[in-house]
Amino acid sequence: MNTLVAERKIENFVNDSTGISNATLNNAKKGNFLTITQLPEGNIRSQLIRLGLLKGQNAECLERLPGGTIILQKHRQEIAIGSDLARQIDIYIH
Amino acid sequence: MNNSDSTSRDSRSADNLSLLTNLISDKKETVVLCGNPNVGKSVFFNHFSGLYVDVSNFPGTTVSISKADYKEIEIIDTPGVYGVSGFNEEEKVARDIILKADKVINVVNALYLERDLFLTLQLIEMGKKVTVVLNFMDEIKRKGIKIDSAKLSNLLGVEVYETSAVNKQGFDQLDLAIASAATGQRNFDIKIMIQQTMHEAASEAEALLILEGDEDISKKNNTYPGSADKREKIYIERRNRVSEIVDAVEFEDSKKGELFNKIGRWSLQPLTGIPILAFILILLYFFIGDFISQRVVGFTETEIGVNLFEYHVKSFIADFSETTITVDIVDSNDEIISSKEFLFPDGMNSDENLKNEFKDFSSQNGSSTDFQFGNPIVRVFFGEFGVITMTVTYLIFLLLPLVMGFYFVMALLEDSGYLPRLATMLDRTLNKIGLNGKAVIPIMLGFGCITMANVTTRILGTNRERSIVTAILQFVIPCSAQLAVIAALLSGAGPMPLIIYVVTIFSVLVVLSTILNKSLPGESSPLLIDLPNINIPRFDNVLKKTAFRSWGFMQEAGAWFFVGALGVGILDITGLLFYIQEVLAPLTTKWLLLPKEASTAFVMGMVRRDFGAAGLFDMNMTIEQITVAIITITLFVPCIAAFVVMLKERGWKEGWAIWFGTWFTAFLIGGIVARIII
Repeated sequence: MNTLVAERKIENFVNDSTGISNATLNNAKKGNFLTITQLPEGNIRSQLIRLGLLKGQNAECLERLPGGTIILQKHRQEIAIGSDLARQIDIYIH
Repeated sequence: MNNSDSTSRDSRSADNLSLLTNLISDKKETVVLCGNPNVGKSVFFNHFSGLYVDVSNFPGTTVSISKADYKEIEIIDTPGVYGVSGFNEEEKVARDIILKADKVINVVNALYLERDLFLTLQLIEMGKKVTVVLNFMDEIKRKGIKIDSAKLSNLLGVEVYETSAVNKQGFDQLDLAIASAATGQRNFDIKIMIQQTMHEAASEAEALLILEGDEDISKKNNTYPGSADKREKIYIERRNRVSEIVDAVEFEDSKKGELFNKIGRWSLQPLTGIPILAFILILLYFFIGDFISQRVVGFTETEIGVNLFEYHVKSFIADFSETTITVDIVDSNDEIISSKEFLFPDGMNSDENLKNEFKDFSSQNGSSTDFQFGNPIVRVFFGEFGVITMTVTYLIFLLLPLVMGFYFVMALLEDSGYLPRLATMLDRTLNKIGLNGKAVIPIMLGFGCITMANVTTRILGTNRERSIVTAILQFVIPCSAQLAVIAALLSGAGPMPLIIYVVTIFSVLVVLSTILNKSLPGESSPLLIDLPNINIPRFDNVLKKTAFRSWGFMQEAGAWFFVGALGVGILDITGLLFYIQEVLAPLTTKWLLLPKEASTAFVMGMVRRDFGAAGLFDMNMTIEQITVAIITITLFVPCIAAFVVMLKERGWKEGWAIWFGTWFTAFLIGGIVARIII
């Protein structure tokens, strides 16, 4: 229940914050709520889009593994992102 | 305007899709099943198709398409896709079929509404007649989640039917589902944009795809695709709409699937993940290392392969061909109690008495029979490394049970949702040697069979990663056949040899992969994977995967085992094998400090890696010598089949470089260890 409420809270917040970044994804800590603000160019961009990681998407940082591999959760979907790729994704941490 | 594509498509969009005409008939109503991967679509297709399914390749691709007649309708299945965006071959095929469809049944996994509704909204915005089938409703209830499907239907503007494919609940409504397909509620902005593009496009569906930057559809309509920015704008808007809908229709009562969720979380963190991995590896050892490779293979290879199949084939050949047969009778302690040699200069049929004597003698308990054929051609096909005899035993009675065992375990791990988590946990470690977490899959398979692992390197993202993993597999990973012999050699020798062995092999792995990572040009692909829920795998699915992959492997690699055996057979009869043995002898005795006969073991190791290690059994070696020998054998060349498959996968240059590299490394490292410990 809590996560849903929290995510809905961010939902309202997104519209003003899209485009502003205050971190890259590898800086996210466990439990951070964040919005993706910028994706890397190239082939990997379409792969991110396919998994639903688009500019403006909200997610929660579910885990940050030693070394910086990031696990993002949006609703029930969990996505693992290698630390080098995470470094190329700009985010806004709420 | 809404339903115009079914009438306008015949007259206007001819050229590209004309390829489809033999696939989709124009007279009948076509209903297309579509959805994300793993939504249970195939169960629905099977329900409609009954027994008669027509599977064919989609024109110009390797994607296979099933279609079937159901009442007055033609039902077509499509590959599972996340969207109709043409990002890959499957999506292009799904797109072209959907464009031609009269109605679309969109199967949605209720557990992943957030993921699946993107495609649903895209279909609705294309202006297709859609019905949504909400599958996995049983799971949803089990997890304490509520989905308000009436509200979902309202928000989408199309009918929504609840089903659970496992027990076929809700299937009685599927006819109604087809009949009630209708155009849904469309995003206003996107509708306006479509209107503005309609003059360039054959249908609303195509107009949307043009706006979304689909190059094929734009080319077909002689216009330019929408910009990447426009596509992203549409995608983000659609994504946000999905989130709104999911928030409105989905409620979670309690903490869902507590234990499984926890296991999923634990298997990601090294602190808990490593013990979980260790536990799984122990189970794996008992299943593969003990049950399959000792008991099952022990029976299939020795009893069926050698004692039944090879014995009968060889005695049949011996009927007509010059043969010397040696029969040993062994007792339960592997001691030879009696031994006899039979000479048949003109084949067994020319000496009935001796033949009968041989048959009697060799039918005793504990007999092992060795046929030496005089004719070199006969030897190539039926001898010790015979293309027919050894290869069939090896492929069917040794390798097939092993490969099936491994694929079975992999399918279990895959369907339980563990494998992607293992890849994630190990990602950072594998990054250090230029790989991403996914590389753990071929490396794990390598402990089963290097040949199988060589084929699996295809799942890796770039050529660079495939090169690194292929090298690691050939240089340092011992396959299961070899591991079994190594374990037997080391048993009773105490922990020291094992420690030296593991430390040496691991050091070579680290040095080798670091050098490759530094020297190979280019960049490796980053980790980006969807982590499915941890759950209990469906047994029938796991069996299906095991059968499918084992068959695929046999088709892919089977023939190369015969080619390899033929090559070795030719080396044998031309005397080259003996020559190599002679050349290796001084290297073996002076540099590795091993008995001269060990060189035979190395040469045999080129054929089958376990032959190499097994050859060491009969020699009187000290524990130190055994340690050096198994290190050298492990680092030495892959078996002939792995080698040939590697050449095919990686090309001649790389293949030969790795092959000669293993010669050099094996003897270099073996010699250094020998100097230190002997």
